[in-house]
Amino acid sequence: MELFKYKEPVNFMGWSRNFGLLSLTLVLLSWGLIFFKGFEYGIDFAGGTLIQLKYEKKAPIERIRKDLAANKAFEGANVTYFGSDYEVVIRSKSSSKSVGKDIGDEVRSLLANTGKFDVRRVDMVGPKIGSELKEKGLMAMALAIMGILIYVSVRFEWRFALASVAALVHDVSIASGAIILFGVEVNLDILAAILTLLGYSLNDTIIVFDRIREGIRTIKDPELSKIIDESVTRTLSRTVLTSLTTFFVVLTLYLFGGEIIKGFSFTLLVGIIIGTYSSIFIASPLLIWLGFSVREYRNKEAQKLKRQKEKERLRAMYEQGTI
Amino acid sequence: MLNRLNYRVVIFIFAIIFGVVFSIPSLTQSERGKKITLGLDLQGGLHMLLGVKTDEAIKSRIKSIAGTVKYLLDDNDIVTDDLRIEGDRISFKILDEDDLPKVRELLSKELEGASVEEAGESFIITLTPEEIKRTKTLAITQAVDTIRNRLDQFGLAEPTVAKQGTDKILVEVPGIKSAEDEQRIRELIARAAHLQMMAVDEDRAARVYTMSPAEAKKYGDVILPDVKDEKRKYLLKQIPILDGSMLTDAKVGFDRNNQPVINFKLNGEGATIFGDFSGKSVGKRMAIVLDDKVYSAPVIRERIGGGSGQISGNFTINEANDVAIALRSGALLAPVFVMEKRSVGPSLGADSIKASMFALVLGFVLVVAFMVLYYGLSGVVSDVALVANLFLILAVMSLFGATLTLPGMAGIVLTVGMAVDANVIINERIRELLREGVSVAKAVEEGYKNAFTAIWDANITTLISAVVLYAYGTGPIKGFALTMSIGILASMLTAILGTHGIYQMLLPKITKEKLNLWFGIKI
Repeated sequence: MELFKYKEPVNFMGWSRNFGLLSLTLVLLSWGLIFFKGFEYGIDFAGGTLIQLKYEKKAPIERIRKDLAANKAFEGANVTYFGSDYEVVIRSKSSSKSVGKDIGDEVRSLLANTGKFDVRRVDMVGPKIGSELKEKGLMAMALAIMGILIYVSVRFEWRFALASVAALVHDVSIASGAIILFGVEVNLDILAAILTLLGYSLNDTIIVFDRIREGIRTIKDPELSKIIDESVTRTLSRTVLTSLTTFFVVLTLYLFGGEIIKGFSFTLLVGIIIGTYSSIFIASPLLIWLGFSVREYRNKEAQKLKRQKEKERLRAMYEQGTI
Repeated sequence: MLNRLNYRVVIFIFAIIFGVVFSIPSLTQSERGKKITLGLDLQGGLHMLLGVKTDEAIKSRIKSIAGTVKYLLDDNDIVTDDLRIEGDRISFKILDEDDLPKVRELLSKELEGASVEEAGESFIITLTPEEIKRTKTLAITQAVDTIRNRLDQFGLAEPTVAKQGTDKILVEVPGIKSAEDEQRIRELIARAAHLQMMAVDEDRAARVYTMSPAEAKKYGDVILPDVKDEKRKYLLKQIPILDGSMLTDAKVGFDRNNQPVINFKLNGEGATIFGDFSGKSVGKRMAIVLDDKVYSAPVIRERIGGGSGQISGNFTINEANDVAIALRSGALLAPVFVMEKRSVGPSLGADSIKASMFALVLGFVLVVAFMVLYYGLSGVVSDVALVANLFLILAVMSLFGATLTLPGMAGIVLTVGMAVDANVIINERIRELLREGVSVAKAVEEGYKNAFTAIWDANITTLISAVVLYAYGTGPIKGFALTMSIGILASMLTAILGTHGIYQMLLPKITKEKLNLWFGIKI
């Protein structure tokens, strides 16, 4: 089966202005959401307690709220259904230091009259650990980006590195915006999803860049936008196919993987779409916008080649005993 | 065909054999061989990060030094006044100046880690800075050992207790059946199990109900409640006669009324102190105090030798059992508190396994079917590599005894999606070359060559973020980073090297006429 047969370059760069404006708008909107609405941090980062209960019958959510209110520790506690009518999740900002009898045990005795239930999960994170995890998370993100920046600079050129990182910032921003917009609670797994998205989106960008790098060497036309168009068109089949397989795999995870990893797979779903889009429409034109010059790059490469040849010539002369 | 066997195929076959052999123990859950352990989120269990209140350890160290000092002075018939603990110091006065050299000698010989100051007839004892540091470290390592001991004696399967960082303790207990059991285990972990025998201050005991704690302190006393009835109070000498550190054994027994009690035995030193004290205090009461609650305060009728005693209270049999375990494995030098706790019930773990397995199988089938549909036989070749990749991930994880968590499962699912990426890139490159009209052999060789830099650079960058995730992640996140890293590395072996070898071997069979069957293209 063939869905994409290369005939002639698609004029991607001709549309890049429009997509650039679209992206700029989306990124600014996302930043607005981040600064004005902010993330809804889960207990991993904010500290607190999460208790998941499964009832034998339909969970009596009003009754649960009422019975919990009897205890001051649960003031402002949030009770919601979780996945089905049988399961509820109780989120509370407080946590207890006591090892023996803790908040989970208290809930068990407070709700003793609400029907038969099974305590399926109790997560409790103290405030100190919460801020520690947040610090570590941001650190991880910064380090990952730094590492990538260095690697791409070495393997390609600094404008490629800058363009790929800018695309990453674009992807992470929009994914974060989606997270806030859809009310996904931010816990450690979301951080992991965002870091995975970093890797995935970069993967995509690098494969396109690799083709552009190749195109600079092989395509006669010295105009960068033409080179990019041809290279992107040639990788289009791969980009779409891989994104589709990964997308469907993550979609199965989202639909059937269980309630607990829903937030994780949602973030990845958004990430795959954004990452694929940005490698074509953002990262590639950024090379043009950053003023990458084909002639300069070719000259540099040629000089490199010349230096190497000169070296080899000298060595040959040395070995033959001419010098 | 065998004569076209090449090193790539040989390595690939070895990789498959390696993968299958070492993943068998995990897949069949056999007793023998190294296998993957399921994370607590999949099998259910309790994960806690505990902190240690090391300041309390300092306090009790001072208390125990005070006990030693008191025993030394009494033993040598030195009369003192006002022996008491104030904050982090012990102070006392001697009444007879002639005793000064003797006291000096005793203190310098018998006290370790304490510095002694003199002012006239008064002595002030404090802990040296090194001793404070040592006590704090000891409190943590001792807590780790004690908690491990308790959980082992409780008879749980493979609990983990380990020091984390400088001042935290990681406790992981798999396979807990119910919330009630979990609470019992937590109470066992947290129990201070601080056994003390304390003399009742008979001179002032009658005034206990009108006395404030501050006033009691002035007399060097402390007010403690009864275990059965919180309103009943005892006025006890603050410095204990002896404590649980001199205990050698504790067992559950039954008293005359068939109520569970705990019988304990003291070591030689403890037995001597106990004997001496009881001999001197006939007619007075001695309280048995566990975790600052008085269990009993019998009147001493005669000198008690042999060094054994009994704790009776209204124990249930489970409680008596847990207290005995806690006493045997020793007291916690300092109380512990929860910094982070995650507990998953067994039913949720089973549901998570079911759901993520289903997603994995479905995702896998989708990808495998798609590859065959789109690429024909070369899709089959990629699928072989994908299966080999999965086995390799399982094998490597088994060999390292790694833990498979729910995010780890997600990592494997994601790897399935990304591992075929390499084959997609390669196949597309081969197709491109075939369309240009080059020979099949050349298309395969050049295709792999052209695809390689892209796959390499892309994998390395993904690996960079996976490694960072592993280094900075905690618990489950580490599991995700681990499976993804192994998946990426394994895919280099299977998807690039392995498939290349297969094509090289099968090359004579791939003719220009069969390109649709082999690569799914018509030219």
